[in-house]
Amino acid sequence: MLEFDVAVLGGGPAGTHAALAAASAGLRVALFDENPRADSRADARVLGASNLTTFFSHPVWSVTTGYRIDAAGPDGPTQSLARALIVACGTTDRVVPFEGWTTPGVIGLAAASMLLKSPVKLPGDSLVAGCGPLIAAIAATAIEAGCRIAAIADLAGTADWARKLPAMAARPDLLLQGLGWWQTIRRAGTLRYARHSLVRVEPEGKRLRATLAPCDAAGRMIDAKPSFVLADRIIVSHGLCPATEMTRLLRARHRYSSDAGGWIVAADEHGRTSRALLYVAGDAAGAAGAAAAEIHGTLAGLACASDLCGTDAGRVRPRIELLRRKHRRAARFGRAMGKLMALRPALEGLRPETIVCRCEGVTRSEIDAACDAGATDMNQLKAWTRCGMGECQGRICGDIAGDLLMLRTGAASREQIGYFTGRTPLRPVTVEALTGNFLYEDIAIPNAAPL
Amino acid sequence: MSMPVRTSTRPFDVVVVGGGVMGCSAALFLARGGMRVALMERDALCRAASGVNAGTLTLHMTRAALVPYAQRGWQMWMETKQWLGTENLAVPAPGLCLAFIESERDILRARVTARRQYGARIDLIERAAACAIEPGLNPAVLEAAYCAQDGFASANLTGRAYHMSLRAAGVEIFERTPAARIEQSDGCYRVQTSAHHAACLRVDAKRLVLAGGVWLEPLCAMLDVHIAVKTLVNQLIVTERMPPVMRSVLSIANGLLSMKQFANGTVLIGGGWQGVGDRQRGAVETIPQNLIGNLRLAQHVVPALAKARVIRIWMGLESETADAMPMIGPLPGLNDAWVIGCVHSGYTSGPFMGKLLAQTMLGEATELPLFDPSRLTTLPRFHREPTPQELNA
Repeated sequence: MLEFDVAVLGGGPAGTHAALAAASAGLRVALFDENPRADSRADARVLGASNLTTFFSHPVWSVTTGYRIDAAGPDGPTQSLARALIVACGTTDRVVPFEGWTTPGVIGLAAASMLLKSPVKLPGDSLVAGCGPLIAAIAATAIEAGCRIAAIADLAGTADWARKLPAMAARPDLLLQGLGWWQTIRRAGTLRYARHSLVRVEPEGKRLRATLAPCDAAGRMIDAKPSFVLADRIIVSHGLCPATEMTRLLRARHRYSSDAGGWIVAADEHGRTSRALLYVAGDAAGAAGAAAAEIHGTLAGLACASDLCGTDAGRVRPRIELLRRKHRRAARFGRAMGKLMALRPALEGLRPETIVCRCEGVTRSEIDAACDAGATDMNQLKAWTRCGMGECQGRICGDIAGDLLMLRTGAASREQIGYFTGRTPLRPVTVEALTGNFLYEDIAIPNAAPL
Repeated sequence: MSMPVRTSTRPFDVVVVGGGVMGCSAALFLARGGMRVALMERDALCRAASGVNAGTLTLHMTRAALVPYAQRGWQMWMETKQWLGTENLAVPAPGLCLAFIESERDILRARVTARRQYGARIDLIERAAACAIEPGLNPAVLEAAYCAQDGFASANLTGRAYHMSLRAAGVEIFERTPAARIEQSDGCYRVQTSAHHAACLRVDAKRLVLAGGVWLEPLCAMLDVHIAVKTLVNQLIVTERMPPVMRSVLSIANGLLSMKQFANGTVLIGGGWQGVGDRQRGAVETIPQNLIGNLRLAQHVVPALAKARVIRIWMGLESETADAMPMIGPLPGLNDAWVIGCVHSGYTSGPFMGKLLAQTMLGEATELPLFDPSRLTTLPRFHREPTPQELNA
């Protein structure tokens, strides 16, 4: 078994900076990521750093006390031990269900980004719908890549954006970047439906017909004429949910924050969680954007180093103070964006037959029926309906199902209904990737059950 | 500051503490027998062992002496429409217990002989016959035991089914109310949650049934009855939906694999490989090498499983007494207080065990004998020093 001082899970901006910070303090660091390479900006530095071992293409499927990290690597299963663990697993795209959201051609942000990275130009028209800065980012990126954007349906109106300007001024560079996206969109002559909610998608010939309904600030449909848009694909983004499966698995304390994207692990400014030597870095600690994530990663890496080897506090304090100030500025910007991406209280209008859990095909009416039959918490709901039992393990539907459970049961808070218990494997993994090569006779068999 | 106390105005006829299959079944049949029943559960109904077990309804793995009970339990699972009001909770399937090496063949034959003595219709069959029943089976199998009376239930739906049925029978259900104190006075039992608990509750009843699974040890101790209850932490593994790869319930003679494929295509793999946990903290975490051992057995039995993706792993707490036999009967030294639990393969026989206890309490004729808990009482370990005589003994 390989041994390290620190294991960092996630090779995005937060994870790479956490790994570099811990390694620069002289610690032996392992960085795990399921992707073949790290976040491009830090890639070269991570690969070049001494006492930092990278495990790319290594999806981690289990983390247990110790900490023991089990990954399914390309050359077979690996086991590593690390005294401390920094979780930097980022976020999951949120898609708020609507009629027809599981129709082929309706895709999320991650899938859209992958498509845009491929050398083949996306054919046809795309409709971008949802809320927050990411819909502008993806639309602008697509336009710059030569793709046609049929329209943008934005849950927020111009006034909603304008209210965030003071907070956005905390990072003029990011504000300019955002304005640049909208300028690209305007120059391309793309229609923007402000305060419009995508409520229905249905196939029309080989294309998709989207119904955009005018809505209020809470995302509730108002009594006004809907618009219709024809497109070849529909890119939907309703913001980001912090990835908590790792910290839920390790039973750290969590709290609910709608503005931060839902359930987040409770942590201090440096990412220290309620569990000893378990840290969280970046968007996994609450969606605040890539700029804040980098700095937060460094802070978590330094905090971890200080806890493990009692780094001379006086020497690093000025650096930490500076980082904290930078982080607060970046996070102020990021959190304002987070508010634009927060879950709207509009689920009450979701039609009964709409699918909520797409992995298991569980509809809203099935969730409501389970509540009426006596389900009052998330894990009871999961057992009774299979909502959250499928391939994504509730990453996509968990927040939505929680909202629906609260609506139906009248529960006072998310804390009261809880969250899906964290389970291994953290990502689906084949049986053979775990069993490796073995002889039947060599399987270590515990004592047999009594006769 | 404590929360306002929820309490009942007049005593119930019986309070059942513990809402697993045993407690729920006892409560259901007691209510149908005319009693006013309260059911208190620390979490939610059938959310511990009774809701997260592998759902196997088998005679191969149940202890030989429990076969007559398991057979009656099996029958009840297949007829839930009649007594529980829920259809399709369980399905019958042939059960195959397998031997791949000589030592397993010896165990297999011994187990079959023991079970047949208790009335199980289990037959030893050759490799060819086993492969005919289960075409996906690894042909390296030496010998198999076949039982037609086998099958499985969707354990995750158990709580929902009982919820509906208990409510219809008039049982008052209190969930998320862990019992912290049990007192006896004036011919009445008073069960209370901790005063600091969010759902502070006090229930008075003339009779008491303890059905708390692994929590039976502390529950009994509240009445100064001391019975050691061991906690097993069983790991379970489920795959994604896949094309049919098996049509029987498969196990290995060493008892460390149970496996079946549900109608939705998922394959559930268990066998009692241990994880980390205890009754204080619940199931804490899995032990990766034990998962790998379990999966190696599964892959060896049905090689097509190699390509299946594992999507979820979880754990359930199983209770066991010192002699690994059940305790079902009156609590020693007390009137109108009963205990039920620690039944090996208890999910299979659970509905019948609960019914059996209810029949006894209602003064009805019972089909089979109970399991006297007094054989298991030990010294109160924390309450008093042992006497010299006890020490010398």
